[in-house]
Amino acid sequence: MKDFSEIKEQVKAKIAEVKDGAQLSEFWQSYLGKTGVISGLMKEMKSVPPEEKPLFGKAVNEVREWAQELYSAKQAEIKRIELEQRYERETVDVTMPALKRKPGNLHPLTLVKQQMIEVFAGMGFEIAEYPEIEDDDHNFTRLNVLKDHPSRDMQDTFWLTEDLLLRTHTSPGQIRTMDREKPPIKVLIPGKVFRSDSDATHSPMFMQMEGLVVDKGITLCDLQGMLDQFVRQIFGDGAKTRLRPSYFPFTEPSVEVDVSCFECGGKGCSLCKGTGWIEVLGGGVVNKKVLENCGIDPEVYSGLAFGIGIERITMLKYGITNMGMFFANDMDFLEQFKA
Amino acid sequence: MKILFSWLKDYVDIECAPLELVDKLFGAGFEVEEITYLGQNIEKVVVGEVTSIEKYEGTHLYICHVDCGSFGADNVILTGADNVFKGAKVPAAVVGAKLPGGIEIAPRKMADMMSYGMLCSGGELGIDENWQKGAEVNGILILPEDATVGEDIKKTLALDDYVLDISITANRPDCQSVLGIAREVAAFLNKPLKEPDYSYNCTEVTKPEISVAVDALDLCPRYLGHYIYDVQHFESPMWMKRRLSVCGFASIDAIVDVTNYVLVEIGQPMHAYDLDTLEGKSIIVRRANDNEKITTLDEKERVLTRENLLICDKSKGVGLAGIMGGLNSEIEQKTAEILLEAAKFRRDNVRKTSRALGLHTDAAARFEKGVDEYGVECGMARALNLVQTLGIAKIGNSHFDVSAGEDKGSAVFDVTVSKVNSVLGIDVPQAEIVRILKSLQFGVAENGENLTVTVPRWRTDVENYQDIAEEVIREYGYSHVIPRFLDSAKVTNGGLTFLQDKELAAKKLLCGEGYFEVQTLAMYSPRELDMILFPDNASERTAVELLNPITANLSIMRTVMAPCMINVIADNVKTDHSEGRFFEIANVYLPKSLPLTEPPLERKTLCLGAFGTTPARGAGESFFAVKETLEIFAAANGLEFRFERGECSFMHPGICADIFCGGKKIGQLGKLRYEIVENLNIAEGKKSDLNIIIAELDYSEIERQYKREMKYSAPSGFAKASRDISLLCDKKTLCVEIEDVIKQTSSLCAEIKLIDSFESEKLGTDKKSLTFTLTFADNADITDETADKETDNIVSALNEKLGAIRR
Repeated sequence: MKDFSEIKEQVKAKIAEVKDGAQLSEFWQSYLGKTGVISGLMKEMKSVPPEEKPLFGKAVNEVREWAQELYSAKQAEIKRIELEQRYERETVDVTMPALKRKPGNLHPLTLVKQQMIEVFAGMGFEIAEYPEIEDDDHNFTRLNVLKDHPSRDMQDTFWLTEDLLLRTHTSPGQIRTMDREKPPIKVLIPGKVFRSDSDATHSPMFMQMEGLVVDKGITLCDLQGMLDQFVRQIFGDGAKTRLRPSYFPFTEPSVEVDVSCFECGGKGCSLCKGTGWIEVLGGGVVNKKVLENCGIDPEVYSGLAFGIGIERITMLKYGITNMGMFFANDMDFLEQFKA
Repeated sequence: MKILFSWLKDYVDIECAPLELVDKLFGAGFEVEEITYLGQNIEKVVVGEVTSIEKYEGTHLYICHVDCGSFGADNVILTGADNVFKGAKVPAAVVGAKLPGGIEIAPRKMADMMSYGMLCSGGELGIDENWQKGAEVNGILILPEDATVGEDIKKTLALDDYVLDISITANRPDCQSVLGIAREVAAFLNKPLKEPDYSYNCTEVTKPEISVAVDALDLCPRYLGHYIYDVQHFESPMWMKRRLSVCGFASIDAIVDVTNYVLVEIGQPMHAYDLDTLEGKSIIVRRANDNEKITTLDEKERVLTRENLLICDKSKGVGLAGIMGGLNSEIEQKTAEILLEAAKFRRDNVRKTSRALGLHTDAAARFEKGVDEYGVECGMARALNLVQTLGIAKIGNSHFDVSAGEDKGSAVFDVTVSKVNSVLGIDVPQAEIVRILKSLQFGVAENGENLTVTVPRWRTDVENYQDIAEEVIREYGYSHVIPRFLDSAKVTNGGLTFLQDKELAAKKLLCGEGYFEVQTLAMYSPRELDMILFPDNASERTAVELLNPITANLSIMRTVMAPCMINVIADNVKTDHSEGRFFEIANVYLPKSLPLTEPPLERKTLCLGAFGTTPARGAGESFFAVKETLEIFAAANGLEFRFERGECSFMHPGICADIFCGGKKIGQLGKLRYEIVENLNIAEGKKSDLNIIIAELDYSEIERQYKREMKYSAPSGFAKASRDISLLCDKKTLCVEIEDVIKQTSSLCAEIKLIDSFESEKLGTDKKSLTFTLTFADNADITDETADKETDNIVSALNEKLGAIRR
């Protein structure tokens, strides 16, 4: 019987030298492939005496299986090593930023406008939008701002023609709503308005939000009750309102509405100039002449109306002191309003 | 309006402190914008009598011994002033005294000698000649001989007083005066009002030559004139000068001062004409002729029109009605006879004239707000009373009263207590309502709960129950209002509409794509249209113009938003940002024709702007980066945007697309032209590599195409199949053309996806290679044969129509 120990030593030595897949397949070809050394042994079968043939065959197979096992073990080892190498190779700096762009956000005025809309929508107000270019009739006359009345001077108007103008307030929306709907009416009218005024606290274009409620038995008490609700949701649970007399041609009585200072809680601070109160909006009981101008019988119905400056509320909420910031659109400013 | 606290006290016994009064005024609807204490920062300054004075040899100083009463009978005070003399009464700031400007007086050495105090000039006490005679002399203020030694100077000089600057709402012209405010104060303090003295006696002397006629009764519904004579010219008493000085009137001459005094006290502007200058001794109130000229008291010539009301004599204008007198009829030292005028001029006419001429006076301010005829009568009476009591002139017996008969006296109407309370929502007791109205000098006759109200003649703003309700709650106190949450109008359908919802969602989607929402002004200058190279005949040049812009930069309503967006980007480049994305949804204003005959179309526009270079890391900005946003926006809303090669004056000729939706062109997307970037007002170094991408879309049209309804359809579950085709085609062939051919050829091709494109020399300089993955789907499984057959058909169609060859 031929001794295979020499071959086995050779195989052992060779497999130990194998370091990667290429060497491994070289090894396969050298020993286990069709032309390999072990396959070659089978060819010697011819020269083996017939009685030894079974034994010889078995021995060769044993060598083959033995080598095969060595091969498989090596194969597994190399696969493991290669995977490790791949992981090593593919390792990234996980701390490198993934973000290509800063996330954008809504303009602070939109943000606050939307918050305010939500409060009133929750109270059942419909949200209506109307043209920014108005006529004298809707912007003034039917709102009881008569031609010869000095209240026209309260608002510096941009005129386009004798009759057409850039609306100076969202109040014409009251008229447009009442022309189209009958009580009960609960409408909120946000939008851009224009006045020829420009300084740290005025911009020629700014945003207002008009509110109008018309039904039987609406009173000044409803105005305050509703606005109390509004300021609590915008400025926090502790906020309350104070009414004080004012004048708007389209409401009577007219009031300025102050909110208790959310900075100091009413004790007095620089924000509220020591008074404990901050002026936030104007409103009142709808002037009966305005109802009459819209074909609503003031003997049956009454209403309340209010107008809120969105910039004013936004400035108060975020501590912005210059109106110009809203329209300068600097990213350093814009990107602060994540909500 | 400025009012002296002590002046108010002439008419009401005010026992509360000034600050408390300020609070009460505020509660009644009169906001005090500023309250100033006249004696602010003056402490321990007293009346001192100089008992001896000697020159301090070798210096410019004088050594004074000053008796300051309880502040020391012998204070040694050095002064450099030359006007002090023995026995003079002077303001002495003793040790420890404070003066305006933060000055504190301590013993100090002057030329080796100690001085224990300081003698003060008028300027050092913050007063001028209008307040105290001698206040502006070069030296120490010499006080009247009867001043009390040791008395606080604030008392001596009437500086222990407050100025209240009160803002008056437009509905209360009657409160544009000390008396008007006093009426309100008397009401809320529940005190009687002490009316000014309106009494005077006329002599028998008349002046029959005088005639007064009002030709324009529509602009001058009431005109009173009164003849006074034997006019003496002297300085007004100190108290009057001081009161006028606080209100901004310099003292001129007793008679002129009286007219100003009445303006402030009663709220009725007055005018005095030198009768001698009136030709024909006539006053004619008429409209000016076009181009008629008058030189006003400020020595400026004014050119008038038919819209201006002029006070004239027989031949010429002598005063601009309600605004300013004419220089030719000015009161002078020689003036002996005067016609005093008190009138009511139409408020909007005064306002128009005052604005047109840029001439704003105290008189005009009163007339613009409105004066009432009761005030006209009171003003004249009060002026005559003052003329008489001050001994300025004799009151003649020629009185003129021209009236359009508009004033029907006091308005009277009925209201019920319940109607008043129905406005307020609370139950103000009837007795309280009556008390409040009476305190405001309304007449009230009760008949059950019905009240017959007689409105004071000066309250022209009060017409109905709502006005009465306001008077009541103003006095009763707004703190009585009980907040209540809408007992009525409880149930209404509220919330955002479909389109408002969509707009907010669209904005949020864009924020998610890295865009910041901006707000730009709706007006700009035609120069912005030049900036974006619009040709002269571009339809966007037809813009609505403002008749009265505040600046030339904001003179037209925008017709296109791109300039606004370009400016936002330029501003951000200026503030050292290297990349950024912005969007705005706002209106452009498109007139149907000019001049405007109807409101222009307000079209909602979505504008996107992105800028950046192409950095190694980070996103950078490119045409396709912004196109991706638009595709996401469209897909998210179930819309399909089609992009075709487009042209636009401000966009790169090769990088500009027209955008279509539902077969309509809705906008454009492109890269900003280099020559526009070049002209931006930003540092040169920041311009290179700067990509600016702009998209502008008709959002109103997008709104019309939003899908309002959705229907579910079940996924087919049938097998799909995909095939890749690589095409060699002409470089100018557009991707969209290939897609169109594919869609036309194969109805089964459900998706076309460009997965690769390249150009190379090997392909040829006029060629490019495009590789698409085509996915086929049907109401049955797609077999390999079908997919291959469809693909073959597509390839041959592409070859036939576009000359493309499969590689």
